[in-house]
Amino acid sequence: MVADAAPSKLAADRPRALTSLPLRAWLARRLEALAIPVGAALVGFLLFGLFLIALGKSPLQLIDIVWRGGFGSPFALGNSLQRAAPLLFAALCVALPARLGLVVIGGEGAIVLGGLAAAAIAPPLAGWPAPLAIPLMAGAAALAGAVWIGAVGWLQAYRNVNATIASLLMSSIAIALANHLIEGALRDPASLNKPSTLPVGDAFMLGPMPVIGVHWGLGCGVLACVIAYLLMDRTTLGFAARIAGGNVKAAQIQGLPVGRLIVGFTALGGAFAALAGYFEVAAVQGNANGTLAAGYGYTGILVAFLARQNPLAIMPVAFLLGGIEASSGLIQRRMQLPDATVLVLEGLLFLVVLLSETLYGRFKPFNPHLWTEKREAAAAGGAA
Amino acid sequence: MSDDLGLWSVPLAILGGAIRVSTPFLFVSLGETITERSGRINLGLEGTLVFGAMSAYATAVLTASPWAGVAVAGLAGGAFGLLHGYICKFPRVNDVAIGIALMLFGTGLAFFFGKPFIQPPAPPLPAIPFGAWSDLPQVQAALRVNVLFLVGAALSVALWWGFRNTKAGLVLRVVGDSADAARALGYDVDRVRLVATALGGVLAGIGGSYLSLYYPGSWNEGISSGQGLMAVALVIFARWNPLACFGAALLFGGAGALGPALQSVGISQGYYLFYAAPYVLTLALLVATSSPDRVLAGAPGELSLSK
Amino acid sequence: MPSRGPNEGEKGVAHLPLTRRTMLGAGAALGLAAATGGRARAATPLTVGFIYVGPKDDYGYNQAHAQAAKALKGMGGIEITEEERVPETNAVEKTMESMINLDGATLLFPTSFGYYSPYLLNEARKNPKIQFRHCGGLWTEKDPPNAGSYFGYIAQGQYLNGIVAAHASKSKKIGFVAAKPIPQVLNNVNAFLLGARSVDPSITCQVIFTGEWSLAVKEAEATNALVDGGADVITCHVDSPKVVVETAARRGAFVCGYHVDQSPLAPQKYLTGAEWNWLPIYKDAIAAMQAGKVPEHFVRGGLADGYVKMSPYGPGVSDGARRNADAVKAEMLKGGYEIIKGPLKDNAGKEVMPAGKAYPEKAPELESTNYLVEGVKGSV
Repeated sequence: MVADAAPSKLAADRPRALTSLPLRAWLARRLEALAIPVGAALVGFLLFGLFLIALGKSPLQLIDIVWRGGFGSPFALGNSLQRAAPLLFAALCVALPARLGLVVIGGEGAIVLGGLAAAAIAPPLAGWPAPLAIPLMAGAAALAGAVWIGAVGWLQAYRNVNATIASLLMSSIAIALANHLIEGALRDPASLNKPSTLPVGDAFMLGPMPVIGVHWGLGCGVLACVIAYLLMDRTTLGFAARIAGGNVKAAQIQGLPVGRLIVGFTALGGAFAALAGYFEVAAVQGNANGTLAAGYGYTGILVAFLARQNPLAIMPVAFLLGGIEASSGLIQRRMQLPDATVLVLEGLLFLVVLLSETLYGRFKPFNPHLWTEKREAAAAGGAA
Repeated sequence: MSDDLGLWSVPLAILGGAIRVSTPFLFVSLGETITERSGRINLGLEGTLVFGAMSAYATAVLTASPWAGVAVAGLAGGAFGLLHGYICKFPRVNDVAIGIALMLFGTGLAFFFGKPFIQPPAPPLPAIPFGAWSDLPQVQAALRVNVLFLVGAALSVALWWGFRNTKAGLVLRVVGDSADAARALGYDVDRVRLVATALGGVLAGIGGSYLSLYYPGSWNEGISSGQGLMAVALVIFARWNPLACFGAALLFGGAGALGPALQSVGISQGYYLFYAAPYVLTLALLVATSSPDRVLAGAPGELSLSK
Repeated sequence: MPSRGPNEGEKGVAHLPLTRRTMLGAGAALGLAAATGGRARAATPLTVGFIYVGPKDDYGYNQAHAQAAKALKGMGGIEITEEERVPETNAVEKTMESMINLDGATLLFPTSFGYYSPYLLNEARKNPKIQFRHCGGLWTEKDPPNAGSYFGYIAQGQYLNGIVAAHASKSKKIGFVAAKPIPQVLNNVNAFLLGARSVDPSITCQVIFTGEWSLAVKEAEATNALVDGGADVITCHVDSPKVVVETAARRGAFVCGYHVDQSPLAPQKYLTGAEWNWLPIYKDAIAAMQAGKVPEHFVRGGLADGYVKMSPYGPGVSDGARRNADAVKAEMLKGGYEIIKGPLKDNAGKEVMPAGKAYPEKAPELESTNYLVEGVKGSV
């Protein structure tokens, strides 16, 4: 599916802008990319504040709670970062295919299968040196996710099956398959009332990162975002993908292997999502069980769209959403608001930021092409 | 006293399940068909469905009238549809993404306002006992048909006819196939899409009221389990044909009844896989009916899905 | 959902800098007091935290705990802090820490089974001065000494459900909607059937697993499949029995409840039900804390201990059924009642208990039940 060609086209314009326009113009465009989403997010918070006032609650108290719950102390920061870690991976599973114009919403399935694959391969590796076994477990997870979401890409590229729908169906199938195996063939007979796979064993578990105290999924997630950014924005492969995402026909005329690009980038996205499952198993839970399907895949969609599919922007957005979710408990306990409060806030933010897409290119200070048109516009009677 | 049907109970259960479970799928997919025929896709109908379920239940609890609940659910659904339709008219706003946002927003609002209504019971929608001729209680139960199911069935025929034979249907299709052509003919593309998306929302909201007021007939936060999303998948599989939507919804509902029915006759291994049957079936049919070379038959030309 | 005016909320904000400064000290509860409208409080109230996996008003598992928490609120000298819909992921660790650090909770009741390992264990090691008591019976001597567990033998209630069901059933087929084939659920299914067979040995029980703890449409379909298969009394073990109870009643079947009293949902068709009564456990733990003692590490009990109770009988229960069930209940109230009693085979024909042997309610073997007894249709 070619979801919306316009943002991709804009993105494709950027390298040209970089070379042909002076620094000031480049800076203006970057500022636009920062100011519009931040402004939109503020409008979203404002609307939510009105919602709260209508309910007789204090928006100021909410701000204070989100600050204290998500950002204002080392504990709150750790809480937010811990929640952000899986979102980084899950969002990449949306952002990478999005550059090719595919909307993939089935990352949850890749997370579950990735975690399951890592847990399934761990017992046979028992006794192996950890530096060997750990990459193998992560690799097994990545492979499972790559195959699963890569298949979605393949179906789109070679069978014309819509990737949004296919990934959704594949996700449901993946979760059913995982439950079937966790409660059947792969079940640890000792896991009585919480069906789980065999434990991966302490030797293969990852400890927390130094200083931050959050598990290594955070560090690796940041690394994954940086790698994805470099791949998309600094390599010919990424450039080819963006051309294909903007206009399939043009890409084909130029001889770009559109099908293989789609399969490759969806598979990579799936591999990243599956790593979220790997860390859930190897850094948090110690085995694979039903709670692997905790909804990170769906929040990842939100993160990717709020970050406008930019891997670098995924990092702050995941942190912000992690912070909002971290404060969810305090919102319940302090404001006597239901847990769904956070869902409403996230939905509003999502809507407003998406709507702000339409503002790009409309504000003069951000748009060099409007600078030169100033006199013409004035002559024409000052059009908007 | 009760007759043991043996293995015959499985097809009967599938028939009964098809009739019981299909209605929300039917309403959402018909609504989505109208929206997509106009050239837009609204993935947010899952949120509309859930909000419809909550608002219908809440209204029925407060007014003791299930039909008031259906009406409120339809209105609320229409409001979500209008929101989607209005937002998407702005340039560069992605309809798929807005749909996902509305899914979150609608679900969030439903959970937010639905808390006080989890406990109180609400009066259910009435059903018509078409199975009264039979002595078998199973047949009687399978053929207890809710009025909304019949409305949905009639609606699918009406829409099928209307798309071909009415001016409104023609305008909708022209707008969906080529916005430029529609503008050249003097139609306001954005307004047609706004109306089409709002109608889609109304139907999805009513589908939600069926969930909470008839089957399973209760409001809680796990009421939908993604039925609104699956219904959107059904539309593609039904090739934007309302009659095919009816068939697809029945098939999907029946496939959902397979797992419990098989367990009740002793086939009890691997129920997770049976429960996944509707998804596997839909995917298999999608793959089987797609082709690498041509655009999906029947796909509106303006739809981002088919570009 | 109590709603307050914006003014009061702002007052709460005005207190906040003060709260933040004093947060690390013993005055952490001040924030809570300010946020709840400046209610007067005792000198150093004991703050107790409850964590639920689902909504507090689900007519089921979570409601049973929340009811007890609500009853505690009237007690003097304690503050209750609650959070619902907390997933069984590392999010629950943060909820526990937040209750400890920001609310000043010193006694925590994370009520969902999946919270225990690794999350509760991690937090118990991190916070040795805080007491954690988990619902589910998983604690052993090897686990941290500030952790513990409690659980109830609710299979006794399902046994009594089975007795009443057998008297009400005309088809001699009863049905069970179950979430997952785990020991706790299997014990309930077996008890339901064995209770029924104690009345009429020809009765069979069909079980259908939905695979999830809360999945409305599937639970309704399972109930319909059971009734279609001829079952005329239905019970269940899912998190929220509301859908099962309502669907079964609409199909004309009798129902036995689970977790809490669901009789208002089906006044005519509700026979009786197996309910939790967590209040005595919570009260004992709080009393121990207030007396400066460590609460019991391992609390388990059934009807005799008052941790399990039965719903009042509905109109569909005959006098004979009442007498029968009341007599067995009287036996159970003496303690040590044996439900799993030899000779007993599983439904594949394998002997699970030789003649002359039995498991009393407290038998640890019941923690690893992996079979369905003869007469139950279904497989693990």
